[in-house]
Amino acid sequence: MANISVDVRGENCPVPLIETRKAVRKSNTGDVIEIIGTHPASKKEIPMAVRNLGLELLEIKEEDDYWRIRIKC
Amino acid sequence: MSEKMTIVVHSGDMDKVYSALILGNGALAMGLDASIYFTFWGLLRLKKNGLAKGPLSKMNFLGLGRLMIKYRMKKANVASLDRLLRDYKELGGKIIACEMTMEIMGLSRKDLMEEMIDDYGAVGTYIQEAKDSSITLFI
Repeated sequence: MANISVDVRGENCPVPLIETRKAVRKSNTGDVIEIIGTHPASKKEIPMAVRNLGLELLEIKEEDDYWRIRIKC
Repeated sequence: MSEKMTIVVHSGDMDKVYSALILGNGALAMGLDASIYFTFWGLLRLKKNGLAKGPLSKMNFLGLGRLMIKYRMKKANVASLDRLLRDYKELGGKIIACEMTMEIMGLSRKDLMEEMIDDYGAVGTYIQEAKDSSITLFI
């Protein structure tokens, strides 16, 4: 099991979704992916994609000037 | 079988090609399959180095409006069309080129970005893709 980080702070639509999907495609079952970003809509939409892909949403957290989403593959 | 989105890109306008590639990437990211069928003016965008060459669909003003939008996009950190196409392919999206348009426009396969194109087809290819799609769009 690996921990994968995806930093999409400053990126606009649809890059946070794309980079999340790329990381999921490269991951193995049990891997944890942490995405940090600033694009507001992606904070809502990445969890939607996670549900569609049948993955587990571990955490959505608002930090000072970015959000953090953790998912388990 | 996973769900699927199929898009016809008839327009060669830069902003509309943006819409198509953003939607295609969005579908793939959300766990759907995606196919984009480039026809007529849209097919010109598959020419080598042609992806970002289209005018704006409105307020092009002989290219001035287009320059302004490109500047605003850069400021908003919007991904380039080249990047969106690369990402679309990396995520498994399909690109289909319309053969009849190639004939009309006098284009051969070597005039196009062959490495990005999965299939060359006609209306039957599109219908075959679209009949199994829960989302179909004409741009």
